Amino acid sequence: MLAYLARRLVLAVITVWAITLVTFIIMQLPPGDFVDAYMAQSAAMGSAFSAAEAAAMRHAYGLDQPIWVQYEKWLALVAHGQFGLSFEYGRPVTEVIGDRLWLTVALALLAIVVTWGLALPIGIYSAVRQYSIGDYIFTFLGFIGLAVPNFLLALIVMYIGFRAFGLNVGGLFSADQQLAPWSWTKLADLGRHLPAPVLILALAGTAQLVRIMRANLLDELRRPYVMTARARGLSEHRVILKYPVRAALNPFASTIGYLLPFTVSGSVIISVVLSLDTVGPLLLHSLLSQDMLLASTIILLLGILTVIGTLLSDLLLMWIDPRIRLGQRR
Amino acid sequence: MSLTLPADEPLVATEAESRIAVATQRQLIWWRFRRHKLAVISAVVVIAFYLVAIFADPLAVSPPWDTNASRGYIPPQAIHWFDNGSFHPYVYGLKGKRDLRTFKLSYAPDPSEKRYLTLFARGYAYSLFGLIPTDIHLLGVADGHPENSLFLLGTDQMGRDLFSRLVLATRTSLTIGLVGVTLSLVLGVLLGGLSGLQGGVADVVIQRVIEILRSIPTIPLWMGLAAAVPTSWSPNQVYFAITLIISLIGWTELARVVRGRFLALREEDFITAAELAGASRMRIIFRHMVPSFLSHIIAAVSLALPAMIISETTLSFLGLGLRPPAISWGVLLQDAQNLETLALAPWLLFAAIPVIVVILAFNFLGDGLRDAADPYG
Repeated sequence: MLAYLARRLVLAVITVWAITLVTFIIMQLPPGDFVDAYMAQSAAMGSAFSAAEAAAMRHAYGLDQPIWVQYEKWLALVAHGQFGLSFEYGRPVTEVIGDRLWLTVALALLAIVVTWGLALPIGIYSAVRQYSIGDYIFTFLGFIGLAVPNFLLALIVMYIGFRAFGLNVGGLFSADQQLAPWSWTKLADLGRHLPAPVLILALAGTAQLVRIMRANLLDELRRPYVMTARARGLSEHRVILKYPVRAALNPFASTIGYLLPFTVSGSVIISVVLSLDTVGPLLLHSLLSQDMLLASTIILLLGILTVIGTLLSDLLLMWIDPRIRLGQRR
Repeated sequence: MSLTLPADEPLVATEAESRIAVATQRQLIWWRFRRHKLAVISAVVVIAFYLVAIFADPLAVSPPWDTNASRGYIPPQAIHWFDNGSFHPYVYGLKGKRDLRTFKLSYAPDPSEKRYLTLFARGYAYSLFGLIPTDIHLLGVADGHPENSLFLLGTDQMGRDLFSRLVLATRTSLTIGLVGVTLSLVLGVLLGGLSGLQGGVADVVIQRVIEILRSIPTIPLWMGLAAAVPTSWSPNQVYFAITLIISLIGWTELARVVRGRFLALREEDFITAAELAGASRMRIIFRHMVPSFLSHIIAAVSLALPAMIISETTLSFLGLGLRPPAISWGVLLQDAQNLETLALAPWLLFAAIPVIVVILAFNFLGDGLRDAADPYG
């Protein structure tokens, strides 16, 4: 058990390190640096930069040093929770991101809870009533969920909401609550806006999980012990829920490690389409305006949070699955 | 159960059984695949889409890049199939009317003017497969200028014919998927093969790399990498850069399948037999192992393709993938990004239909192939 825990922890640390490296590379990728972009911008506004001024600016931001020194300095700052200034907004990156990160996390977590909440009963139903009309309907819906990309689903829901109900599904807050400080009213407002994006986000993941759960459970239901349980006169509910479902749950639980990155990815996209106040639109905007420090901080934070989430889900798995807890290989 | 054999059952195998016994693996796979009706239909759909991709230019009606603001946001036209009781399809001409309150131009069919559709009509000039210069299109109107009168799926804001653009987008989006999958396949087979065959340190390292790649949310990463593609690059360069970015992260699943197959096959008796017979390692891999998991690879590829197509479409939709003047499904959908446009021109959402159909078809096809890949199972 300790070995498993240690292995997971080491892997998580390496992953976080890999993410910092990748984000730093992304930060450096665009041709030219911020000073170039800033110069072009001010030239367009009519005030030209001299070469000396540009050099002074580069020096001020440390852009004139070798790349690995920049990486080290950046890493040291990041380790202390200082992500630097957003070039575009002229404010600390953390301040620009603000609540958006937590809204992203809330959206992703809620979507995962809904994914599980939907996939588990539907998966059980589809397996127990295999080839029934309900099974076919859910299978069909599942394939739609798999085949329609997140952003397209958001787009279609937005259009239908507008056409059929005259609703604007976009946003996480009503106009008057947008800039208000946190209060119960604002929270309630958020609660009214969340269901549509959460459902859209949950659908694709649900489709996958239903298929996994259905397949797992079908395998278990064919085992002789199920027949034995029935022969002994156990109630149908007890026969199914007590053993086969529990056995089928393990591979199901292990998928959460992939579900989390998948959902976080999806939340970025649908936030852009539905203009939700998460980090999604901010990331897109900062990438388009090459505010790389802001963009890479968002990518970094999303990556790290995902790794932490995955680690937590591994602990959960350890708690559910005694084979891991007792130190055997999965 | 008695030990005596029933008298009416012959001891020799039935004709069907003996057919199976002597069938080649390829035949068995084909028989198994044929049973999966949905997969067969999907295969036909996929082939049809690739035919559209190959013959995109002759299938397009109007020049897809030709803008004309006075034709902006024309709604899709209805085709009238019969004229005075005989089969002679036509569309009505359009009459633009300016709304004097909003000063917006809106179009209404003009029943006094009939434009007859013709097959193999003359239209804009192009060269077929980049070789044969021609101006023959499958569908057109009699006067040879369909861009002024034929709008099967309506037009976009700049007056470009959506049908023609959709046909050309099919070519871009489907080939980007193929190129991307080929790249990931090369990476996946190399690294997965190394991992499965070599084992030891190489296996551990590659497996950890895959685990790390899979635990990072891909979309933000893709967005970051795609945003770094310089704006000055030509559409072709952007095309290859985006394909590369997508496949750099997309190879992990294919590598996993390849590794799994290698690990499973290593234990098989016929591999041990080949080893004992003194076959070289290369001969074992290419003569014995590859043929027996080729079908699995094909199934994995057809399941990886839709993911590639979704990735490209998503990136282009966000404005980080292919950029106009390139035409892909994502680029077309980018026009339909906000509610105002959708309310004004809902037909722009037509571009969503081929995306959904192709992805569904590939998924069903992949499912069918995966089931058929192991015909002895």
